[in-house]
This record gives sequence, structure tokens and C-alpha cells, in this order.
Amino acid sequence: MAETPKIRVPKTAKKGEVVEIKTLLPHIMESGQRKDKDGKTIPRKIINKFVAEFNGKPVFSANIEPAIAANPYMQFFAKVDESGTFKFTWTDDDGSVTTAEEKITVA
Amino acid sequence: MRHLSRRAALALGAGSAAITLIGWNGGAFATPQAATDDIAKFTGGATPEKGKISIELPEIAENGNTVPLSFTVDAPMTDADYVSDVLVVAEGNPNPGVATFHFTALSGKAEASTRIRLATTQNIVVVAKTSGGKFYTAQKLVKVTIGGCGG
Repeated sequence: MAETPKIRVPKTAKKGEVVEIKTLLPHIMESGQRKDKDGKTIPRKIINKFVAEFNGKPVFSANIEPAIAANPYMQFFAKVDESGTFKFTWTDDDGSVTTAEEKITVA
Repeated sequence: MRHLSRRAALALGAGSAAITLIGWNGGAFATPQAATDDIAKFTGGATPEKGKISIELPEIAENGNTVPLSFTVDAPMTDADYVSDVLVVAEGNPNPGVATFHFTALSGKAEASTRIRLATTQNIVVVAKTSGGKFYTAQKLVKVTIGGCGG
């Protein structure tokens, strides 16, 4: 997938702070409900799973249905006790996977 | 969608409104019953208690294609007591499922925001499961002016 996710993670935090994270992946999220001009159903193609991990440990994830709007946006929180790396993973219906990483320094 | 002109976007919206009127795929809309079935699957048959959850949704959504949704579950989010899963269903969409969110103690807060599609005016139901196996629920009605394309 060529699209680049947009991610907002604070660069620094205090130990034990709960930080806000925002992510957005440009994606059509074709619902499988729409029809083309010949009346044929356009096949479903969505991001069906989003996972956020911090230093390899699960923080937040979502199983997504076609009722999530195009360019799936997720805002959530994470409690950080140490410096490290967030890893974000989006899984497409076609099996392709988009990943991104963001570092945070905890003082 | 980002590259659509305003006119094309309006035309699309009008088209989907028409589809809404005549019924999707011959009227294959989810019913509150289908949503109830989804919730029963999630809770394993347990009846969720009302409360502990606040839902933020617009009272009136002009465009059902992208409706901002936030929810917060009142929970300590410690290793011993946290909200593990949150189910969101839409009673009036072609399929009731919207998303299932998974939290851990590392989430810090059982709170998330996303943007959803709503085909028509309907109730959105949120059900939360705690690490102790308790279930809580809340719901909110959204009036939709122009339905979103798809479930």
C-alpha cells in the first residue's frame, strides 16, 4: 500500500503519564454495499484491523467493520512508564499490511 | 473521496439518500434484533448493566458518511481492573457491527474516538466488558440527514 499514515504521538512524556495518540490511514474503506454504474456490487475492501503496541506490548486495537468511515481515524490513549517505540499496524482485506513507528522519550 | 469536487460529493450524497429511500439490497437492513444478537454474542448471553459509559455523537448528523464517535468507560484501568473490550453496534445499518475495540491496562483510559458511517437515523449501542467479566451498556440516538454509502 502506497498511502502513508498520519500519526500524532507526543515526543516526550513524564513517567506514568497517559498520552493521547491520533492515527489516520488514507483508505477508501469500500463497504461492499455500493454498486457501480452497471449495477454490479463493488467488492468490499476495508482495513479490518488496527493494532497499536508499545515496546511490543498491546496498548489498543480495533476489529473494524465497513461502518468505519473512509480514511479510518483512531484516537486513543497510552500509559507510558518508560521510553520506547509505538508500533502501529493496519491490515487490509487483501492481506496487505501497513506499519509505522513513533518514538517517545519518557523522563 | 478527498479529490471529489463539491458538486460530485453532493451528487454522491443525493444518490445515497435515494438508495436509502428505496432500501439497501432489497431492504436488507439490520434490525434492532440483529444488533441485539451481536450484543448477545459479545456478552455470551449476559445482560449488560446500564451506565459507566458516556457516548459522544452529534444529535443530528448531516452527512452519514462520516460521523464523529467518542466513548469513555469509567474504569480504573489498572492491571487488576480494566475495560478489556468495547463493542459498538448501529441498529439501522445494513450490518449492525461497527467495531470492537480492545484495551489493556497500558491504555491508561478506556476511551477512543473514530468516525463512523450511518445509513439512516438510528440508535448506536456501546457495550463494554471489564477484566472482571462484567458488562455495561449505553446508547444514543443519531438523526441522519443524508445516509452514508454503505454499512
